[in-house]
This record gives sequence, C-alpha cells and structure tokens, in this order.
Amino acid sequence: MPETSFEPRVVGFLCNWCSYAGANLAGTSRIQYAPNIRIVRVPCSGRVDPLFVVKAFQAGADGVMVLGCHPGDCHYRDGNYYTRRRFTLMHAFLTFLGIDERRLKIDWVSAAEGRRFAEVVTEFTEQLSQMGPLSTQASVQVSAGGDQIRETVSL
Amino acid sequence: MARIGVFVCHCGSNIANTVDVEQVADIAGQAPDVVFSTDYMFMCSEPGQNLIQEAIREHNLDRVVVAACSPTMHFRTFSGAIQRAGLNPYMLEMANIREQCSWVHADKAVGTDKSVDIVTMAVGKTRWFEPLFPQEIGVTRRALVIGGGIAGIQAALDIADSGVEVVLVERSPSIGGKMAQLDKTFPTLDCSGCILTPRMTEVVQHSNITLHTWSEVQEVRGFVGNFEVDILHKPRYVDATLCTGCGECLARCPWQKIPSEFDEGMGTRPAIYRPFPQAVPNVPVIDAEQCVAIKSLVEDPEREKPKCGVCLKFCPRDAIDFRQQPTVTTEEFGAIVLANGYSLFDPTAYGEYGYGRYPDVITSIQMERLMNAAGPTDGEVRRPSDGKHPRSIVFLACVGSRDERMGRPYCSKICCMYTAKHAIMLKEHDPDVQSYVFYIDVRAGGKGYEEFVRRAQEEYGTCYLRGRVSKVYPEGNHLVVMGEDTLMGMPVRVEADLVVLATGVQPQPDAGDVARILGISYDSYGFINESHPKLNPVESNTAGIFLAGSTIGPKDIPESVSQASAAAAKVLGLLSQPSLLGEAMTALVDRSRCAGCFACEDICPYQAIERVTLGYGRQAAEVNEGLCKGCGLCVSACLGKVITLRGFSDQALLEELNVLLLEPESA
Ligand SMILES: Cc1cc2nc3c(=O)[nH]c(=O)nc-3n(C[C@H](O)[C@H](O)[C@H](O)COP(=O)(O)OP(=O)(O)OC[C@H]3O[C@@H](n4cnc5c(N)ncnc54)[C@H](O)[C@@H]3O)c2cc1C
Ligand code: FES
Repeated sequence: MPETSFEPRVVGFLCNWCSYAGANLAGTSRIQYAPNIRIVRVPCSGRVDPLFVVKAFQAGADGVMVLGCHPGDCHYRDGNYYTRRRFTLMHAFLTFLGIDERRLKIDWVSAAEGRRFAEVVTEFTEQLSQMGPLSTQASVQVSAGGDQIRETVSL
Repeated sequence: MARIGVFVCHCGSNIANTVDVEQVADIAGQAPDVVFSTDYMFMCSEPGQNLIQEAIREHNLDRVVVAACSPTMHFRTFSGAIQRAGLNPYMLEMANIREQCSWVHADKAVGTDKSVDIVTMAVGKTRWFEPLFPQEIGVTRRALVIGGGIAGIQAALDIADSGVEVVLVERSPSIGGKMAQLDKTFPTLDCSGCILTPRMTEVVQHSNITLHTWSEVQEVRGFVGNFEVDILHKPRYVDATLCTGCGECLARCPWQKIPSEFDEGMGTRPAIYRPFPQAVPNVPVIDAEQCVAIKSLVEDPEREKPKCGVCLKFCPRDAIDFRQQPTVTTEEFGAIVLANGYSLFDPTAYGEYGYGRYPDVITSIQMERLMNAAGPTDGEVRRPSDGKHPRSIVFLACVGSRDERMGRPYCSKICCMYTAKHAIMLKEHDPDVQSYVFYIDVRAGGKGYEEFVRRAQEEYGTCYLRGRVSKVYPEGNHLVVMGEDTLMGMPVRVEADLVVLATGVQPQPDAGDVARILGISYDSYGFINESHPKLNPVESNTAGIFLAGSTIGPKDIPESVSQASAAAAKVLGLLSQPSLLGEAMTALVDRSRCAGCFACEDICPYQAIERVTLGYGRQAAEVNEGLCKGCGLCVSACLGKVITLRGFSDQALLEELNVLLLEPESA
C-alpha cells in the first residue's frame, strides 16, 4: 500500500458521435470503471485544440485522454486523422515540456464499445496512479547557442 | 451576469441510489451565476418540465442546466421545454450524471463528488452560451438522379410519380445500365429486357422527368435543399429534336466493324450507333474517335465538307451535325440521388486463366450477351474461336472476389447466383451441355436463392467442385482446366469447350471523382459510404445526397430497386418541407482578425469555407452556414484563433477545465 492513496485527476475529451456514445453504452450496460475521469464532450476529436491539453495539465490534471471514432469512422469523415497527426506531434512536445508523454492518451472508442471504454479509462487511471501526481515543477531542456541549459520552470 | 438554473433529476432511483442529489443541487446552487437550484424525482416528466418552466419565469433564468441523463436521450425534451418558457432552445446544457456517473460507480460518496464536478462544469460552460439561431433555408423542389441503371430509373420514377420534377443524368447513350445487358434474371428467370424496357419507356414519357443521356455531372455547389449543378452534355452529333430514330444511318454507315461496348466485344457496331435496339432515347450517337467525318473536321476545322458523310446523306431529317459542340447547363435541385452503379473486375489480372489470350475464355457478362436473344449471336451460344456450340462449360467463381491478392477481399454477392443461372440456362438451351463450377463457398442468401442453386445442381446436373483453379490452357481444340477439389482432396482436370469467369463487382473506375464532385466519402475500394450502414443505409454523409444501388457495394436487382425506392422516399420527405433548419452550432470567423491563411479551407471536410474579399483587396475566410456541420476542425486548425464554434467555443470548453481543476475542491 502506498502511504497516501493518490487519486489522479483525469480529463477526457470525447467526441460526441463515437466515444461519448461509447461512454453512454458503458453506462446503460452498467459497466463499472475508475471514477476519476471527468468528461468534456466535443463534437469531434478534431475539435480538441492542443492548447486544451496544455491548459488541462497546467490547471492540475494528472492525465488527459482524447478519444474519438476509429480511424475511417469519424462522423465528419476525416477529423480523427487530424487528431492522430496532431497529437503524435503533441507527444513530442510534452516530452520537451518535461511532461511524461504517457500522461496524454489518444485512443479510439466506437459507439458500440462500452466495455472497451471502461477498460481504456481504468487502465489509464491505474497507470497514472502508479506514475504519481504530475509535478507542476517541470524541467525543461532548452537549447541555446549550442549549449544545453537545464532550467526549472513553473508551469 | 448570467442567471443560471440547475435542475437535478433523481431518475427514480437510477441516479438517487448512488448520488446524493440534494447535496449536488445544494453545491451547484453556490456556483457563480446560479440563481436557482433544485432536485426532482423525474425532470423529464410533465410536472418536471413545468417545474423548470415556472422557475425560468419566476427567477428570470436565462440559461438552464439539467443534471440527468445523456443529452442524446433528452436534450430535445428539455430544449423544447425551455423554448416554451421563452428561452432560446440552445441555452441548455445537460450534465450527464446517469450514464456517465450513477450507473457506473457504486460508491455514493464517489458518485456524489463526481456529479458535483459534472454539474459545475456544465454550469461553467453555459456561462459562455449565446442564443443560437439556425438558418432557415429554402428548398428547391426538384431532384437530380445521377446514373440511369435500374436503381436510378426506379428512384426517378418514384420521385416523379409523387409530382416532383426529376432530372436524370446518364453518361452513356442510353439508360438501362447493366440490367439492359442481361438475358434472364435469377431467381425467377424472367427476361431482363421484358421487365426493364417498359420502365425505360416510362422514364422518357413521364411528364415530370427530364432525361439527359450522354451527359455527366461536372460540378456541384451549394448544400441541402439548394444544390447548383453543372451538367455537361457531350456532343451526340445527332440533333435529338430532329431524329426520329428510323435507323437508316446505322445501316448505311460504312464503318461497321467496331467492337460493341454493350455486347462486351462479342459483337460489332457502326461508328454511328445506338448501344442496343431498345435504347432509350432512341437517338444514335456518333463515336467521334471512329467517325471519319468528324476526324477530318478535327484535323482541319476550316474544311468545308467533311470526309465520308454517308449518314448525313441518308438522314431523312437532316439531323446529323458533325460540328456539334459540348454544352454545359446549370440547374438547381433540392436533393440528389447517386446511382452510378458498378463495374466489373478485369480478369486479365489472373494470367493463369488465360483471359485475353484464349478466345474461348470469356466473362459472365459476355455470356449474358451470348445468351441474349437480342445479342450478337441472336441468343445462340457459340464459342468465339470457331462458332461451335460448347458442350462442356467450366465456370470459375470468385474471379476478383474474396481474394486478398487482388485487393478484393470482399464477396461480390451476385456471382454465385448468376453462375447458377447460367448453368441452368445453358442446359435449357442445349440438353447435352455439362457445366462445372469451381467455387469457394456457395453464397445464396435471399428469397428463393438457395433453392435456385440446388435446382442448378440437382435438376440440371451442374457439377460443383469446391476449389480454386490453378491453370487454364489450350489442348487441341478445347481448353484444359486444372484445379483442385478440396472436398475430395485431389487435383482435377476438366476438358472444356468454353471457360466462363465470374468476375467480381467493383466500384466504377471514376467513383472517387464523382464522390469528390458531390463531396461525399467512399471506402478503401471506392464504394460510396452510407451515412450509417444500418440506420441510414441510403443517405450519404452529406445532407441532401442520397444513394441507391450498387454504388454502395455489390447488390442484385431486388436490393437495388428497394434501395432506390427508399432513397426516393427520403428525397420526397426532404422536399416536402417548406424550409429547412440548418445546423445551429456552426463555425464563425472573426473576419476583421482573419489573416487569410486559409488553413481552415484545407481542413474543412465540407468545403464550407469561402473566400471573401474585404476592403483594400484583403482576403478573409467566411463560413457557409448551409454547408457547415459544426465539427470544429477549422477552429482548432486556425492559426490566429479567429474562428469559434457556436456552442463549443474555446472559452466554454476551457471554462469546463477551469471549473474542474482550478476551483478549490468541494467539501
Ligand atoms: C453477369 C451478371 C449477371 C447478373 N444477373 C443478375 C440477375 O440475374 N438478377 C439480379 O438481380 N441481378 C443480376 N446482376 C446484378 C445487376 O446487374 C445489378 O444488381 C444492377 O445492374 C444494379 O443496378 P445499378 O443501377 O445499381 O447499377 P448499374 O446497372 O451499373 O447502372 C449504373 C448506371 O449509371 C451510369 N453511370 C455511371 N457513372 C455515371 C456518372 N458519373 N454519371 C452519370 N451516369 C453514370 C452507368 O452508365 C449506368 O447506366 C447481374 C450482374 C452481372 C455482372
Ligand atoms: S466525430 Fe468522432 S472523431 Fe470525429
């Protein structure tokens, strides 16, 4: 047992058409999952601005999920392809900011995948519990004039 | 200052069992701008809705949060309720504390905590709400049908019969599609032409249908209810208003030996031709690439008289016009049905079957032409090499179906059936025929279909061999088919007079281009995507564009027809509305701050971004609200952050995060 039980704060951006509906299905099927997630409904995963993710971390989230329709199934045709590309880059950016990239999870949950939704959320929450809270003191590596300067900034 | 009311629902015990609803209402009541907060047993019931309406009046509420079930369940119910109390229907947010809380967490303290968060997030979000007004859009009561196969014909007739004007655009010289090429049709074996031609005639005679054959859709602009379509009319070189269809020109044309597309190369046609005698309209076209007269004019536009010109001389109506030019007309429609059909797999990809090398290896559609009484052999089945009646005939199923190697892993659905049909018909033509069918599985799902295949096997003695064929090669004056019988576990060798390849169904080669013109999506093969494969099977994912027939995927005639009628019903439903309400949650560009980079233009899936020129020639983006579906892709792509999405603005979404994460933990 850890000394203090740590309950990670998780924000989930769910697209309205697949993942939000998948979360509803988990509900109607009464599938229990980790309660830590707070859901922000967005029309499409492609609506999620990387800024939202940064703001969530900045405001104190320990983990952020962006869930959308499976590639090819986006209600708006190809919104989630942009999501995929955008957040692949975002992962690198998080590392740069000193935030463990595992704290941002991009995944696909369809309207039929209530069970999968529950599993994805629970797994992510457990992983964050193990990682511990996100330190608001992040260490950032800046490369200036060829020298590696390590400075500590407050997010 | 907003005046927010919060209404927490018990949903009987569904929520109240695992969430302390009173406490949630209490805490939510302390959130900024909340002026009223309460809980009730069933908010969605009539007394529940009355309670909300009374509170709106009494406390002068300007926005409402209902903490209950999912918005997919009851958003409409509550937005109707607040609208009746005088609020804009979009001043509502639902906090989903049932599906996403009380039903998935058993612990009441946990559930209550989470519900408080969900409700306060919703409260925060509504603070950024503004009244939304969906655009009212007019509806043009006319429909366009693209493709004149059986699906397009059926859709056009159904729509026109209801009194709505239809324009049918077909790119070949005649309507009829693949069905016109068929001989008999499974499983009833009624003659294809006998059931099709009356429908084709009905189309030209219908007072509500305008038929444009030899025409194509070039560009589509606009949106549901208001499409503007450019139709390209290719030159026919025959004036349709003068031509009586006497056919004199066809017989007189000196260039008679051109392989006929309609006969799949099994017969020939002249340079001025109609694809088949029952063609609709009964007006020939001139094949510009084969006609000596037109070629001479293309080479030398100045020349006074074209070469040849035999048809011109013999035409009693002077209807021939070698100098006809393509024209484009623009028409308006409220709805579009796409019924552009399918094409067939090219079997030369299977080198081992020898198609294209051995004349007596043919495709099933060629077999249809050979069996057809109006076909090139007058319905006598003769093999191409020497004109002999074949006795031993081998069918190869799944040529370009269920084969990963060929990029065609799907089942073409109709081949098992038409192959059984061919085996039956050939035996009917000549009782001495013996047919063999190499197959993977026989798929005969459909009314009377399994029985039909059994008849082919039992009554007509067709020999079904389960296995693939490895090689077809000539030996003497017949072909040898080497294959495997996987049921017997041994190789088989069959001597055949004729080999027939059941080629699979694939999209039209230009399906992707057509989809792009219409702004609809297609799958990895090129078949058009339905909006929902189960619940919206005849709608594309662009409002106002419907789908019928085999453009969606392999379909037989009964399925194509029922889909066409379904699409027609959808069109009529749409066009019967006096006006449409557009999407209210659309994107909005702040023009004055737009730098005109147009990153939004590339990302928009609906071509809803338009360029406007402001003063001093500056370009800015503008959203066409009729086209915008509110996905918000442009909003997150906008470099200058000058686009917002109504109902899902950056402020509203960030407020949810702030309320959740920055506010001190609730006690
Ligand atoms: C060998 C064979 C035998 C068959 N036998 C049977 C049978 O016995 N029973 C049965 O139920 N089914 C049978 N079928 C299936 C049948 O052919 C199809 O179900 C039917 O033709 C589908 O109709 P459709 O209107 O969707 O497509 P199509 O018949 O392909 O018609 C599409 C039409 O659209 C036109 N078009 C295409 N692109 C454009 C464009 N861009 N602009 C304008 N027009 C365009 C085409 O020229 C064509 O006229 C058989 C098929 C084959 C290959
Ligand atoms: S709508 Fe689900 S990802 Fe676009």
